[in-house]
Amino acid sequence: MGAVLKIENLSKSFLLHQQAGARIEVFEGLNAEVEAGEAVAVTGPSGRGKSSLLKLVYGAYRASSGAIHVFSDGAWTDVVTAPPRGVIGLRRNVIGYVTQFLRVIPRVPAEMVVAEPLTDRGMAPEQALARARMLLERLNIPQRLWHLSPMTFSGGEQQRVNIARGFAAHFPILLLDEPTASLDAGNRNRVLELVAEARAEGSAILAVFHDEQERRGACSRSIELG
Amino acid sequence: MNVPAYNFAYLNEQTKRMIRRAILKAIAVPGYQAPFASREMPMPYGWGTGGVQVTASVLTPEDTLKVIDQGADDTTNAVSIRKFFVRTAGVATTGKTEEASVIQTRHRIPETPLTEDQILVFQVPIPEPLRFLEPRETETRTMHALEEYGVMHVKLYEDIAQYGEIATTYAYPARVAERYVFDPSPIPKFDNPKLDDCPALQLFGAGREKRIYAVPPYTSVRSLDFEDHPFEVQRWDQPCALCGTRESFLDEIVMDDRGTRMFVCSDTDFCARNRGER
Amino acid sequence: MSPLLAAETLGKFYGARVGCRDVSFDLWPGEVLAIVGESGSGKTTLLRCLSGHIPASSGKVRYRTRDGRMVALDEMSEAERRMLMRTDWGFVHQDARDGLRMGVSAGANVGERMMAVGERHYGRIRAAAVDWLRRVEISEDRIDDSPWSYSGGMRQRLQIARNLVTSPRLVFMDEPTGGLDVSVQARLLDLIRGLVRRLDLAAVVVTHDLAVARLLSSRMMVMQQGQVIEQGLTDQILEDPQAPYTQLLVSSVLQV
Repeated sequence: MGAVLKIENLSKSFLLHQQAGARIEVFEGLNAEVEAGEAVAVTGPSGRGKSSLLKLVYGAYRASSGAIHVFSDGAWTDVVTAPPRGVIGLRRNVIGYVTQFLRVIPRVPAEMVVAEPLTDRGMAPEQALARARMLLERLNIPQRLWHLSPMTFSGGEQQRVNIARGFAAHFPILLLDEPTASLDAGNRNRVLELVAEARAEGSAILAVFHDEQERRGACSRSIELG
Repeated sequence: MNVPAYNFAYLNEQTKRMIRRAILKAIAVPGYQAPFASREMPMPYGWGTGGVQVTASVLTPEDTLKVIDQGADDTTNAVSIRKFFVRTAGVATTGKTEEASVIQTRHRIPETPLTEDQILVFQVPIPEPLRFLEPRETETRTMHALEEYGVMHVKLYEDIAQYGEIATTYAYPARVAERYVFDPSPIPKFDNPKLDDCPALQLFGAGREKRIYAVPPYTSVRSLDFEDHPFEVQRWDQPCALCGTRESFLDEIVMDDRGTRMFVCSDTDFCARNRGER
Repeated sequence: MSPLLAAETLGKFYGARVGCRDVSFDLWPGEVLAIVGESGSGKTTLLRCLSGHIPASSGKVRYRTRDGRMVALDEMSEAERRMLMRTDWGFVHQDARDGLRMGVSAGANVGERMMAVGERHYGRIRAAAVDWLRRVEISEDRIDDSPWSYSGGMRQRLQIARNLVTSPRLVFMDEPTGGLDVSVQARLLDLIRGLVRRLDLAAVVVTHDLAVARLLSSRMMVMQQGQVIEQGLTDQILEDPQAPYTQLLVSSVLQV
């Protein structure tokens, strides 16, 4: 299979105007490619921009220079220069992003939080909810919580709800930022299963794993930062 | 009778000409509120200064004038306005609807059908039907210009919501010639159907608000309503206690301190004729 | 395919004083754009220009009407513009008293726009009012009450229902949660977010509250002294602000 994500000469630095104009160089001239069905780990010491790279690909950070080409529907789009509407479209259909941090919206039940990426694509609510419930079950969220807002959930429960949300829809490109951090062994294995399934379905995966063993299990090669 | 210290019908000819121009404009654009330079009249606002100026401007020495207030010829307002024109114009007056060529009215349309040879002049306190919902004059003018009349139904909606029916019983808004929504002055809605396709010329004068509007003869006047709450006029369970008619608008009269009541015709001329007392 | 609303080098000047200047952006169906900035930054002036409440001094606002034409606001007749405002557009004021008819009941407030576009069936108007009150979580037995008897949060929800009853495609909101208690704000925001998504509304929301922008909008524009100093995706602006002022704004938010 060919590459669906091409990172070309990508640089990122932060200019902190509030801190006397301090400039923080994150990385410079980064090149990488990820093919469909391939899982690539991003490695390197902390503070070298592993999470920043994922955020750049997702369009949440703005590149200082370089390009991030994403392949979808037979055409390449550069996330760096795409208009906001283009990036929003990519996020809906092409690029998925899973972190351990759930942004809780008051009063929206957990199962709706998980189903939303599917309904956003136009799937019928019942169908989307069925898939959402299946994922919540796999991630051991007790059924009595499905109808509740994750507002009051424990940290671990919120994290798993967010992971369920991240895997609800199929994305040709999937960004994983420490999805298994602070989970118990059982749930960690469930997440790794989901990663393997996504990969088998052809997702190109770019992942940050804290644990080396997990990283080796999930990914076939790595990009070293720093 | 005094030597005429006044011009005929009190107003000077220039003023009458100005008012007639406003009347012509009002007739040309049925239902449109034509502004005019309302004059001070020797009576307070609210006593019919607008109607009096319109009457003064259309009156000729050959006219026969009838003045009614709430349907009656003998109430204070009617008597004083009639006296005013007797003194300033020297015209003949009558209580009989069919004999009058000009009828000035406050709050009623006579029960006796009007003819092409008659002019009905209404006294109007608040000419703007949109005022209930929109206090800004600039805005109500724009609304008229653009035919934005949806808000008129808000008031009718409120009636049904609060009382189960359209409870507005007087000054009931209507649309003239399918164009301007107008306030037919505080006549009971019982009289609204008489406005429609009426052979007589109907003129409306608001002195304080400085507006004149008109319904030309044989013009359509459609009362606003909802499809599922159509316009209806009020009906009484009993006939007039004096003449026995079931055709007219009845006034409730309290007879004594024990609450004995009687319903009688509001139009005294019509009632008298039914009783053969004329 | 063209955007729903397009601002082209829009400016508003009061003599030498600048209300806003050189503002350009496209808004597409279903997009929510937040305009943030401190008081006096020109965000409300911009909103009033965009929504046709005040004429712009320079530039153009174009809108794609339902028949697919891209029409400049200042080239429309007043009748067309006013029709647009009460059918295809909504405007939610910060102070509900500016957006409601306080003299009539809640039901009449919701029904007014229907009557304005020619609905003449009381039963249907009533049913729509009941339905919309339910959607904004106002109990049906309050339908005949005056908005004066409503709390601040309820008035705001009523204002939203009143605007949405004609299924507009674009809604302007001026500090929709301003002046409300925090707990009331959360419920309202959540309601607005749900409605916007479900009805696929486009919206322009003016707010000084970054949390409101984050929850409601997909895109953001930061204004300072009448000019747009930064625009982009909401998470981009909040997580990787570029301009000095935006960095200050983002770093000034208290974490709880």
